[in-house]
Amino acid sequence: MKIRAQIGMVLNLDKCIGCHTCSVTCKNVWTSRQGVEYAWFNNVETKPGIGYPVDWENQDKWNGGWVSKNGKLQPKIGGKFRLLAKIFANPDLPEIDDYYEPFTFNYAHLQNAPEMPTPPVARPHSMITGEVMEKPEWGPNWEEILGGEFEKRSKDYNFKTIEKEIYGQFENTFMMYLPRLCEHCLNPACVAACPSGAIYKREEDGIVLIDQDKCRGWRMCVSACPYKKIYYNWQSGKSEKCTFCYPRIESGEPTVCSETCVGRIRSLGVILYDADKIEEMANMNDEKDLYEAQLKIFLDPNDEAVQAQAKKDGVPESWIEAAKNSPVYKMAIDWKVAFPLHPEYRTLPMVWYVPPLSPIQNAVEKGVIDHRGPIPNVEELRIPIRYLANMLTAGDDEPIIFALKRMIAMRNFMRAKRVDNVVLTKVLDEVGLTEDMVNDMYRTMALAAYEDRFVIPTNHKEYAGETPFDNEIAFDIRSSCGFSFGNGCSEGSTTATLFGGKTHANTMNGKVP
Amino acid sequence: MNTFLEQFFFGYYPYIAMTIFIAGSALRYDRDQYTWKADSSQLLRKKSMLLGSNLFHIGIILLFFGHFVGLLTPEWVYHPFMSAGTKQIMAMTAGGIFGTMCLIGILILLNRRLFDKRISKTSKFSDTFILLFLFAQLLLGLLTIPYSAQHLDGSSMIALANWAQHVVTFRTGAADFIVAEAWVFKLHLVLGMTLFVIFPFTRLVHIWSVPVQYLTRTNYQIVRKR
Repeated sequence: MKIRAQIGMVLNLDKCIGCHTCSVTCKNVWTSRQGVEYAWFNNVETKPGIGYPVDWENQDKWNGGWVSKNGKLQPKIGGKFRLLAKIFANPDLPEIDDYYEPFTFNYAHLQNAPEMPTPPVARPHSMITGEVMEKPEWGPNWEEILGGEFEKRSKDYNFKTIEKEIYGQFENTFMMYLPRLCEHCLNPACVAACPSGAIYKREEDGIVLIDQDKCRGWRMCVSACPYKKIYYNWQSGKSEKCTFCYPRIESGEPTVCSETCVGRIRSLGVILYDADKIEEMANMNDEKDLYEAQLKIFLDPNDEAVQAQAKKDGVPESWIEAAKNSPVYKMAIDWKVAFPLHPEYRTLPMVWYVPPLSPIQNAVEKGVIDHRGPIPNVEELRIPIRYLANMLTAGDDEPIIFALKRMIAMRNFMRAKRVDNVVLTKVLDEVGLTEDMVNDMYRTMALAAYEDRFVIPTNHKEYAGETPFDNEIAFDIRSSCGFSFGNGCSEGSTTATLFGGKTHANTMNGKVP
Repeated sequence: MNTFLEQFFFGYYPYIAMTIFIAGSALRYDRDQYTWKADSSQLLRKKSMLLGSNLFHIGIILLFFGHFVGLLTPEWVYHPFMSAGTKQIMAMTAGGIFGTMCLIGILILLNRRLFDKRISKTSKFSDTFILLFLFAQLLLGLLTIPYSAQHLDGSSMIALANWAQHVVTFRTGAADFIVAEAWVFKLHLVLGMTLFVIFPFTRLVHIWSVPVQYLTRTNYQIVRKR
């Protein structure tokens, strides 16, 4: 057993209002530069829809993630030789149009236009060529609130085992929001596919990062990531990805997307896991076993044997303490209401989702909601269970039904308690909850106060060396140049370098390049 | 060409070129690794990359190794197996085939680089320059084939190989082997050496980073300690 700790995230989709605050704050902090203006480390998709980049979930098309071949795991884009054979031209790489051609408007024209018979118009201009774009035809959020025809949106991979036609009818239509970011997987396919070895997982907090100096731009990671959450910066020639706001996490603060979430849907907390089990658990024969298998990798922070081993493996005391109070552990493991996104990709993702409840179908026709017992039949929810299962459990309905029932039970229980002033333990018994558990669930998921959502221990840099003084880490960076690209800490004021690199231009100034 | 220029380009220039090539690469690797990359533009335009880039790269790699082996193999090594004439015919044939592959590839890539707005507008000067430079060098290389065909005894080839072997073993008088050769060989050599001079300042540095170590990596996963 080799115990490592990771900061995991859970997104409670039941509360997501699709406001895109996470995406916008993330963009302002991380991708407001030339070359990544098309990249959204965090984006929010309306489902059903094919998403951003187009059809990203369909690995028959993009070959992301892993496959289990002859009992061994290998990246779906190919083993080592096959992968290197793709290095000159990668057939599995999306083109920028699969994301969208980034554009801005020539706002200056609105102020500077000469007198003319019609009001001036700010036309879209490509951020790549600087030329007028007659008509932007795709974007990171083109399907917002079911925009576009059902015909196109229904290509959604999660419909694969569903008779989907009826969901195109107005009365049966359904939707949900899916905010997406890098999953900081336990078994990341991007790391495995990087020929340069530039991508790595941090031992202390599980954050997956790309070493910008070591990246050579072979762009295999872009294909290997089944979530398409690695973006090739066309200006710098390097791949970039969500950093999980590691400078914030290190000082005990939540990521920007979590901090700014107005729906309070995001929780962050420590998960202890057994690194020795990763390969075995990612290699289950049946895809449907992968969700349960991932749960087996996680360790109970209240188990004293686990605590002792964790200490031996170098997990700081404060991290073990944080793991005991981790909201992520509670939702994913204790209550089993959160699930990994597409476990069938075998990457063991660490950003989990609480499935959304939805109104009971046909409730209006029936005049009343059909209660079979205290908990209504979840199969009658407007969002089909199988749709959620295809997204979160590789098609296994049971865990999703169980979670939704628990959430409905929590609502019923709390409603009865607050409104009718009765303690409805009957609803709890049916879903195996106790009153204490449901109170904690309510506190963590519904109230979701800041300090309950974010239980983040600070990074112990001083543990990096034998003493805080025998390395440069703890004290040397004090008063130094801070976060910077490449040789950014070097002195000098020229805007171009001898080796042809450009300084990073701000592209969010509304100017056409 | 007067003797000073011949002495300069074939006697001294090789060493100047190698020095800039090695020192320049080392400095860039040390000082500015963020700029060290393959600089692919495939994301912006995928069409024609599959054919163009593969043909170009496979062609040029085979050409490189052809030149490497052809120029640096001493005569006594291959003499027991083949005559210089046979070796010359082999070199011409292989060079012709790989050169044509590379030529088709480079034409596709040049077309893209110069006339596709997405690519041309986002190209650095060095990106376009290096491609045009390689194109010129490739044409010169292909042009040497008809010149070689005028004397199939291998004498020209031996002269060039002698020059290369004298240069890399630091022997004097290397330039003397070249003096009598046709202009096309001389120009091809000068451009070839210039390629090493500009190498550290262009995207060509990605050649240093051919990820062969990926094949020997035992684990797929990489975890870094703090």
